[in-house]
Amino acid sequence: MSDNKKWYSLDLGLNNKKESSGTCGCGKTEGSCNSSPKEEELSADEFYEAAINASIGEERHRDGFEQVFDVKMDRRSAFKKLTASLLIGAGAVTTSCSVTTGSDTKEKAQIDWEEQFKGNYKLMTDEEKQGTINRLMRSYELRTHKKINMTAENAAEDVLFGYAFNISKCQGYMNCVSACVEENNQDRNSEMQYIRIHEMKDGEGFKFNKADDNYYHEVPAEGHFYMGTQCFHCDNPPCVEVCPVQATWKEEDGLVVIDYDWCVGCRYCMAACPYDGRRFNWSKPEVPEQEVNKNQHYLGNRMRKKGVMEKCTFCVQRTRKGKNPACVEACPTGARIFGNLLDPDSTIRWVLENKKVFRLKEDLGTEPKFWYFMD
Amino acid sequence: MGTFKVFKSLVIDSLDTITKGSKRYHLWMGFLTLVMLIGMYCYSIQLEEGLSATGMSDRVSWGLYISNFTFLVGVAAAAVMLVMPTYVLKDLDFKQAVLIGEGLAVAALIMCLAFVVADMGEPSVLWHMIPGIGVFNFPNSMLTWDVIVLNGYLFINISIPFYILFKHYQNKEAKKSVYVPGAILSVFWAVGIHLVTAFLYQGLQARPFWNNALLGPRFLASAFAAGPSLIILILAIIRSFTAFKIEDKTIKKIAMIVTVAAQINLIMLISELFKEFYAPTHHSESAYYLFFGLHGKNALLPWIWTAIPLNVLATVLLTFNKLRNNLKVLYFCCFILFVAIWIEKGFGLIVPGFIPGPYGKIVEYLPTGVEIGVTIGIWALGAFVFTILAKTAIGIELGELYYKDKNTST
Repeated sequence: MSDNKKWYSLDLGLNNKKESSGTCGCGKTEGSCNSSPKEEELSADEFYEAAINASIGEERHRDGFEQVFDVKMDRRSAFKKLTASLLIGAGAVTTSCSVTTGSDTKEKAQIDWEEQFKGNYKLMTDEEKQGTINRLMRSYELRTHKKINMTAENAAEDVLFGYAFNISKCQGYMNCVSACVEENNQDRNSEMQYIRIHEMKDGEGFKFNKADDNYYHEVPAEGHFYMGTQCFHCDNPPCVEVCPVQATWKEEDGLVVIDYDWCVGCRYCMAACPYDGRRFNWSKPEVPEQEVNKNQHYLGNRMRKKGVMEKCTFCVQRTRKGKNPACVEACPTGARIFGNLLDPDSTIRWVLENKKVFRLKEDLGTEPKFWYFMD
Repeated sequence: MGTFKVFKSLVIDSLDTITKGSKRYHLWMGFLTLVMLIGMYCYSIQLEEGLSATGMSDRVSWGLYISNFTFLVGVAAAAVMLVMPTYVLKDLDFKQAVLIGEGLAVAALIMCLAFVVADMGEPSVLWHMIPGIGVFNFPNSMLTWDVIVLNGYLFINISIPFYILFKHYQNKEAKKSVYVPGAILSVFWAVGIHLVTAFLYQGLQARPFWNNALLGPRFLASAFAAGPSLIILILAIIRSFTAFKIEDKTIKKIAMIVTVAAQINLIMLISELFKEFYAPTHHSESAYYLFFGLHGKNALLPWIWTAIPLNVLATVLLTFNKLRNNLKVLYFCCFILFVAIWIEKGFGLIVPGFIPGPYGKIVEYLPTGVEIGVTIGIWALGAFVFTILAKTAIGIELGELYYKDKNTST
């Protein structure tokens, strides 16, 4: 069916389910990366806490059909991976602690050197990925004497992330925006925000050019409705095509990500994005030490440097562990729905199949994995 | 071994030539050096603070640097309008101008590369773009095409004149079989560099102002008007300051090229304006912003309404043979045409592409002092490079610079 089409169309994997060859962080296709019983026991507390969070945490914000229909996707494997990555992180921290303090400067210089001349993350083997995140964690420790936990978790198999936004529910509270900034360590000086909430007048329809995306007043304002935009993680992303160095690409689970260390800062992707989804670090990004989110992913919320691109990653550091993105979790109205498009029992699939959904600028052929709908 | 010795002698001789000259020459080079140093100082501020030192923002993410880059690609491509008649059509009237034209192309390309590097957020990892060491997203990204064609063109435009001058330096005739194939290649290559640069913008479905089939052809037409205009002005200067003889005939022939290109450019402009304003759609908003302003935001109005009348005036004046053949009128026309196209194909093209933004947001762009400093510095660099190249070339062509074989003289 899709062979004869002249335009690009989004493949939800309904016809060819087993095509992708996703592997997990260690290269094994089955089981968890470090699956020995002893290790699993070690983080039982973590497991328990995460399980509560994942099962009840979201339901606090969910109501109506969502509680009934939302069956968590891939919970088992997601938790296994959570465990594994925590262990890897902990191991790296312990090894790096054993270095004597006298050679700190030397070690820092060594790390900086290796980081400057490392390759593109997209082309790295899993060992190389582990190597770079170990260096980055150690470098952070050397500079601030605080520890962070960074992972390089790969995309899981049979997962394609998608997002739906309920325009009827959004009241413009912007909890999603602040949750996103906190979660993703965005520059506080320039007040960089991945999400924009557009306030539109009732009765005029979707008039983006008349909407206000920078309001500062009590919401919901009389006679207005709200609509959020962010990176739509297009299935046919123009930004990926134009990058001269392949510093941005689409992962197996559909996330469009950036290797911040490979980006040369030409901003061609920014010009190519029809959805205003990309942001540039015009100055050195700064986050106060106590506000830094220390649970990081290489492709997600790790600290950026000046002169490179960044964008929404659907909170890759959370979603690859089976959690919802921060914006979904923070939304008090339940306007935001996130899930696995390949899982027929997911809420997102229920929305796509039962609601009248639409996407922005569909005529451009970008196939966003971000749908809008109304009650 | 002999060739190497000649080369060494050429380098020493040309160093000698470029460091000696009249007082005016020294003043000129000193002035350019000063401007370059100021530009470098501004660039150091930008390196320190990041691109926030410029007027660019998330809403308008390309500005003065990319505008000048786009325009200068056109100037570089224009050298072909002199190369083709001389080497391919064997019109000898152009022969004197062609070395100057190619020198100009080299200077323009160096400026292009400097502008692109100045625009980079992270120039320290620019090696990621080098094929082999880095990851070169070829053929998907038009920017990689541009890297290839610009550097290829730079190579062609250095090697052909170098070969000819190297032979003349030794008082030998340059072999046609060596340089004519290169010249023919450079003709196609020149069209390629400007077309590819246009495709850089034309291929973006996100920006309707650029996503327009006429963009590439119009780039070529405007380039073949602005580039030769600049060459005419430079030839006029060289004629009055050096002993290098350039016939009136040569200048008038180049003027003919400028005229035809300017006329075609004007026709395309009318076609564009018709499309945008006869049946305006949502996609015409950028053009509205450029020509009339949107919602009270009208920073580009004075610029574009300077450019359009200058463009029309120059084209009309050039169209009349009598006026065009008057050199004073011609120089005036060339100057205003050059300025008009610099505005129109520079920030008159780049900035409106971002305004209004993807969701209709209108945020205006105004370059900062640092940005302007770097820009002027790079222009000074171009002028500096060109002066060096031209002085050496003219020295060799005039026979002031030649290879003195020590073996035969002693």
